[in-house]
Amino acid sequence: MDLLTRARGPARGGLAAHLREPTQVLFLALLGLVAAGWVLVALDGGQFLTLESVVGIQQRSAALGIVAVGQTLVILAGSLDLSVAYLISLASLVAAEIMAGQDGNIGPAVAAVLAVSALVGLVNGLVITRLQVHAFIATLGVALIIRGALDHLYDGPAGRVPESFQVLGYSRIGPVPVSALLWAGVAVLAWLLLSRTRLGYRIYAVGGDEEVARLSGIRTGRVVVLAHVLCSVCAGVAGLLLAARLGAGAPTVGTDGGYDLESIAAVVLGGTALAGGKGGVAGTVGGVLLLAVLDSIFNQLEVNSFVKDVVRGVVIVVAVAVYARRTRGRRA
Amino acid sequence: MLSMRGIGKSFLGVRVLSGVDLAVTAGEVHAVVGENGAGKSTLMKIVCGVHPPDEGTIELDGRPVRFGHPLEARRSGIAIIYQEFNLLPERTVAENVFLGREPVRRGLVDRAAMEEATARLLGELGEDAFGPRDVVKRLPVAQQQIVEIVKALSVDARLVVMDEPTAALAEHEVESLYRLIGRLRERGVAVLYISHRLREVFDLADRVTVLKDGSRVTTLPIGEVTPAELIRLMVGRDLGAYFPPRSARAGEVRLRLRAAGNRKLRDIDLDLRAGEIVGIAGLQGSGRSELARAIFGAEPFTTGEMTPARPRSVREGVALGIGLVTEDRKAEGLALRQSVRDNVLLVARAVGAGNRAGVRDLLERVRLAPVRRDQEVRYLSGGNQQKVVLVKWLTMAPRVLLFDEPTRGIDVGAKAAVHDLMRELADDGMAIMMISSELPELIGMSDRVVVLRDGRVAGTLPAGASEEAVMRLAAGEAA
Repeated sequence: MDLLTRARGPARGGLAAHLREPTQVLFLALLGLVAAGWVLVALDGGQFLTLESVVGIQQRSAALGIVAVGQTLVILAGSLDLSVAYLISLASLVAAEIMAGQDGNIGPAVAAVLAVSALVGLVNGLVITRLQVHAFIATLGVALIIRGALDHLYDGPAGRVPESFQVLGYSRIGPVPVSALLWAGVAVLAWLLLSRTRLGYRIYAVGGDEEVARLSGIRTGRVVVLAHVLCSVCAGVAGLLLAARLGAGAPTVGTDGGYDLESIAAVVLGGTALAGGKGGVAGTVGGVLLLAVLDSIFNQLEVNSFVKDVVRGVVIVVAVAVYARRTRGRRA
Repeated sequence: MLSMRGIGKSFLGVRVLSGVDLAVTAGEVHAVVGENGAGKSTLMKIVCGVHPPDEGTIELDGRPVRFGHPLEARRSGIAIIYQEFNLLPERTVAENVFLGREPVRRGLVDRAAMEEATARLLGELGEDAFGPRDVVKRLPVAQQQIVEIVKALSVDARLVVMDEPTAALAEHEVESLYRLIGRLRERGVAVLYISHRLREVFDLADRVTVLKDGSRVTTLPIGEVTPAELIRLMVGRDLGAYFPPRSARAGEVRLRLRAAGNRKLRDIDLDLRAGEIVGIAGLQGSGRSELARAIFGAEPFTTGEMTPARPRSVREGVALGIGLVTEDRKAEGLALRQSVRDNVLLVARAVGAGNRAGVRDLLERVRLAPVRRDQEVRYLSGGNQQKVVLVKWLTMAPRVLLFDEPTRGIDVGAKAAVHDLMRELADDGMAIMMISSELPELIGMSDRVVVLRDGRVAGTLPAGASEEAVMRLAAGEAA
């Protein structure tokens, strides 16, 4: 028994002991990747981490980052959302159509996007909790419904975003693009939500063990619905950002970016358990950055895009295997 | 403080409790004892609002109450600490203690207040091995239990129900639980303490209530009863049941364990012989099912010897001719939505051997012939389901067959049929090991009873041993 107690007790010292959390492993890997990228690009005769490439990394990350933060919330609550990609397209169209190139319409357009997104999230959440449809199917169904509507109404870009709103997409303050600031803001809000509010605590509880949460007096359905509303609002914000970049709305902007599966991959890469209850926003931010840095290295080395996908796939699978191993090691 | 009268409860037409009275006073440790299946856990679930009673009344401080949900009981000051903890392993101690009622200041969770309150409660219990910020999964089981208790206290529980609280604890951890219960008593909290372990009952309890077959036998101050008397009160009953006659022609040794062990078992010596039924007795958590699973290769032995060989996986176990009829046939023994035929052939198909052609004969042999072979197993009665599991193994012509609670949840007639079949198989030369919580069944069927306690063999008794003798070994009571 002595042995058993000791094995279960807190570990002492050593690098391995400090690397218990996936987030720490991840950020270390991120540092390593930046270093490796530097060496590789230098050997190739280029220069890594130029102002241009740093800005590029941030811009590429911003939209995915915002979606992934929302995805983190639903995954932590033990759910998931496959409808974000189509919702992003929908949001970009709603924004561009309402703005119609007029500065004065920016306010109403943003409000409309947020309202539509929240509504989609509400539907997702209610279908999952009230109709007891598994999140995978529920959000896939909602995704198909949105796709059908978009395909019926649009066959190409539509609407126009005024110059003043395009600032969101392209301008920057020093080396920091406005879009990156937006992402940072969303991430900080989500972090506050998760670590400092009752709703955040309840998201962890419901995802960790729904029965325990229920027996502790938590209305678990409500928590799942709220998480879905927030996730969809994040997707809506990403849609606004992409509309600002494109200068218009597009029915394929969400799916072209692969934001549904990619956001889930980033969350999982960030060490959040797909089953819920464990993880956080910091990991997701790291996961998104890791994918973006990888992208940037490939771009500078001019590697073809198929190899890129293969490497990304390997990275995601290896990362999750490593986290699983660490968890098991603790239990044994 | 709490008074229950005439409590009755049935599940699916099976009467689990009838006419049970129980009264608990403030600051009292009240033990509830009884054999497995005597109705202790059901009674506790009624106290805590998990199940509503079918009959009877519950009064709290003289006012009648009726709990429809565990939360209602909790609001009335009743908390339960289950054998399996209701904690979120990934969250901290304080987060678990205040789960669902986090203190809020200016819209944000007041972590400082939460941690302070948790620390204060831990302090009151004299617990300094861990703090409010520790993550629950990193704490040893005993400390997790303390977290549960703190959680109960933080809602001002006046009655704490502990269901087999020491099942998961090591010896030195049990002592700190004792101290904790002592402190609860000083605070005027009543404790309902369910345990099989008589030593704990005599160490802790002020009064003890004995349940048997769903009825209350008696309630006594602990000073007025001896351990031996208590055991007699728990098991004393008429042995009216009929069991097939033993043949007692033990043949060659089919399976031999020497000093075998793993995480849950230690130093197991055991011989299973052809033609013999060996009964395995023990309390919950003594390692009975773990023994069967280790022999079978599901949770393999890591030390010691097993002849003919020590299986490292179920596949190897099956290759050695070992079959396991599991305790939970619905979860582990059957694919409920598949047909009788598919279920019967599960093992044969998985291992790629076995007697597929003889299925009809085997079904006839276990008297399942009238059942359509394409019928989904979930529509069969419990007894017939168990026969399907049995046939599943018989297709492999096993040399050793392990039965874990083979008659749980099946009716009396089917029980006798399963008993007859087991004896028939033994007579045909199979080595059989049987686990049962029903002592009369175990003693009636077995040629030998091996009693486990805390993962070790506590002793072996010959055929026809008394229930008292078995219980004494199982509970570790010298009296």
